[in-house]
Amino acid sequence: MAENILEVRNLKKYFKTARGMLHAVDDVSFSIEKGHTLGVVGESGCGKTTTGRCILRLVEPTSGEIRFEGKDIMKLNRTELKEIRKDMQIIFQDPFSSLDPRYTINQTLSETLRINKIVTGKKAIEDRVLELMETVGLAERLINTYPHELDGGRRQRIGIARALAMEPKFIVCDEPVSALDVSIQAQILNLLEDLQEKLGLSYIFITHDLAVVNHFSDEIAVMYLGQIVEKAPTEELFDNPVHPYTRALLSAIPIPEVIEERPQILLKGEISSPIEPKDECRFAKRCMFACDKCREKNPALSEISPGHFVACARVGEV
Amino acid sequence: MKKDTEIRKDDIALELKNLRVKFVLERETVEAVNGIDITLKRGHTLGLAGETGAGKTTTALSLLRLVPHPGKVECDSLKVDGKDVLKMTSKELEKFRGSDLAMIFQDPMTSLNPVFTVGQQIADTIMLHNPTTKEDAMKQAEKMLELVGIPAVRAVEYPHQFSGGMKQRVVIAIALACNPGVLIADEPTTALDVTIQAQVLALMKKLRDERGMSMIMITHDLGIIADVCDEVAIMYAGRIVEYGTLKDVFNHTKHPYTEGLFNSLPNIRNRSERLKPIPGLMPDPSNLPKGCAFAPRCRYATEACRTARPADRMVSDTHMVACTAYDDPDFRIDRPEKD
Amino acid sequence: MSKKNETPELLVSRKYVRQSQIRIILHNLRKNKGAMIGLAIITLLVLVSCFADVLFDYDTEIAGLNISEKLIRPCKEHLFGTDDLGRDIFKRVLYGARYSLGVGFAATMIGMAIGVVFGAIAGYYCGLAEDIIMRLNDILSAVPSILMGIVIVSALGASTFNLMLAIGITSVPQFVRITRAAVLSVRNQEYVEALKATGMSEARIIAFHIIPNCMSPIIVQITLRIASAIIATSSLSFLGLGVPVPAPEWGSMLNLGRSYVRTASYLTIFPGIAILITVLAFNLLGDGLRDALDPKLRK
Repeated sequence: MAENILEVRNLKKYFKTARGMLHAVDDVSFSIEKGHTLGVVGESGCGKTTTGRCILRLVEPTSGEIRFEGKDIMKLNRTELKEIRKDMQIIFQDPFSSLDPRYTINQTLSETLRINKIVTGKKAIEDRVLELMETVGLAERLINTYPHELDGGRRQRIGIARALAMEPKFIVCDEPVSALDVSIQAQILNLLEDLQEKLGLSYIFITHDLAVVNHFSDEIAVMYLGQIVEKAPTEELFDNPVHPYTRALLSAIPIPEVIEERPQILLKGEISSPIEPKDECRFAKRCMFACDKCREKNPALSEISPGHFVACARVGEV
Repeated sequence: MKKDTEIRKDDIALELKNLRVKFVLERETVEAVNGIDITLKRGHTLGLAGETGAGKTTTALSLLRLVPHPGKVECDSLKVDGKDVLKMTSKELEKFRGSDLAMIFQDPMTSLNPVFTVGQQIADTIMLHNPTTKEDAMKQAEKMLELVGIPAVRAVEYPHQFSGGMKQRVVIAIALACNPGVLIADEPTTALDVTIQAQVLALMKKLRDERGMSMIMITHDLGIIADVCDEVAIMYAGRIVEYGTLKDVFNHTKHPYTEGLFNSLPNIRNRSERLKPIPGLMPDPSNLPKGCAFAPRCRYATEACRTARPADRMVSDTHMVACTAYDDPDFRIDRPEKD
Repeated sequence: MSKKNETPELLVSRKYVRQSQIRIILHNLRKNKGAMIGLAIITLLVLVSCFADVLFDYDTEIAGLNISEKLIRPCKEHLFGTDDLGRDIFKRVLYGARYSLGVGFAATMIGMAIGVVFGAIAGYYCGLAEDIIMRLNDILSAVPSILMGIVIVSALGASTFNLMLAIGITSVPQFVRITRAAVLSVRNQEYVEALKATGMSEARIIAFHIIPNCMSPIIVQITLRIASAIIATSSLSFLGLGVPVPAPEWGSMLNLGRSYVRTASYLTIFPGIAILITVLAFNLLGDGLRDALDPKLRK
């Protein structure tokens, strides 16, 4: 097996709220091979974004172990963390709020380069800025434009360029295309794909769009209420979904084709509250197969075939 | 459109001819909609698809005569259920909105008033259009809630006590409260999660079929179009570039832009296939190119495309495409036809 | 020419000149008539204040006694008339602009410097620091500002500097509150997180990315606060706690003319009008700036 660039074990992040502990991320474990992409799918409030932020320690995890190239990130002090963040970067969902409106492309990128002493010297910095812009497909003439003068796709390219400025090995992509139009979305997805190939990057790709994650990832983890309910290589997950939630999710994707009759699994109800969840299967309330067994204990992930993990009490029965 | 002649006049729920909308600003004029014809048959659903800035929402607002200042709307004819909307006084318009033509907006979070209970909000709409007592209207409101799958007891709750999907159901209940003949839904599920989206779409389809309502579904998601629509209009830069039945547009695609949209979408059945995005960006609506607005991004574009605006061309009884390239009888786009 | 040595790449950023933010704001401001009038008046007053010593001789014309010419009604020679000590009121009103503007501006700057620092800390670091700062701020703003000014000036003695300090401190709570609110909205923007991810220190993020993005409300607040600081200066001077006599501060001129209100009302009318116009000018400019700086109204 190839080397893992990132290993996350028993990651937990609880937030204090007025009504009790909110279990945003609850005992999540996964690993990513070098040069591969893990897709994290789930609906709003399932903890996928918090997971991404925890890996970079932009949000302090409550407990757990995050190993990046073997080093435990949780144990690093400030300077060590600063050093390791050069290798780990993040791309945000909203290309409008992820850039400082008062900084031009040039200022945004050169500041990053200068502060982290990635290149030194005025000329070298400017050369590198232009090189980065070319890498992400931004025209040279845009160097002194402000974010508000650009469209969403171009802004997202600046965000990618800023992440690449640090010369990272690993990037957390937090819904990088969901705010963009389809034709622009495809441009950005292709760019991310090319960069992965060229620079050997590893990604965590967080999204709610299954069609995108199917296209983009080597392995997919489906999250529900702070926990991974199913994890498998992409093809396996799409061909052979086991968890009832995954099945409902897959059947809910709108497919842009003329199909006469399509069997759909319509879920009842909506995601319940992640505050102080009971020890039972968190999906049980919406699950059509739920039985007493599901309400007794929160099922753990178990391997049903090589690389395919499911957390469901009734695996094999339904 | 030619097909109109074959249909009896009262079968048409909504007819719009040559709609143009301009926003005259201090330094520039934004041409949001540039000549749109829509014919919606009773009981049918038309999908209006396109990207941000294509003019979808402006078109919808024009149908309700709600285009905000400084928009200037010009239109040859607009008839809903045989009524001439252009000749209505503002009093008649108020009555017309909601009872003949209702609209659902994109964001359920902001389209409900936070200080009234959802029951009151539905009842208000009912009382606005029907002379009933408050108690009666409240009872009807509860029925409407049950219709959209919310227990009637929740009528006394406030919007913040509902989740996003539930709020959108309430919005649907308000829109349907007065039994409109035509419903316009502007991206009704964009703010919702996929599983909730599936629920809401299923609900809308069910209500449409039960009530024989006509619907205009505005969305950027071609998957939703395939799911709920009978006819499709693909919009680009304020024009309809391709118009036809679902099969016409999806299986016998003619316009290069429509092809580009399909190629940009990840194929769920073939994941290794590389995406083929449309190069470039949507043109600036205050500075549209002289010829075909899509020509600068189109790989089939010729000199003729850049000089003259393409005419609407009927390729079959139901299928319209606005593309100059079809002047050449042998012209085909790369996307294969399906049955 | 040094340009010869530069490589073409280095010229790139200069070739595509960026649009100056100040120019955009000025363009928006120019459309607002009220703000332009306010700006014109303020410019005039600033010029008069700067050149007051060149225009008038302080010892003879402004502060000097000339009993033979006392209490002359407004006429050609004395546009606004003269006071009970025979001093020309027109000259004194013009000269007095430097006190009102000077104290108003300096006091607001003191208030802003303190307020922005604490407001930014309170907004960025939630928790204990925020609680302490905001509660102290509440206490400070619960004391009526004029009372606060009187207390500070009485304790430290009446002098121009103490006056500035007193008025400055009373304007701190406003700045703290406004800065904190602005910082709160900016700190949750994703770009702050992105900068953290690129290893930038928090001090640098606050100083170079958060505060500059909070400047709009602060600038507006400055113009509005100057207006109220001018009123406060005049009020305290009126009470004899401001700029010491015989300086022609507008408030103390009002006080001097008080006993002649019935017989020689021009002693109080003209300084009063001066205060009114100056405060109005700053308020007009403040309202105009608020619109010009609002990104939602741009384009």
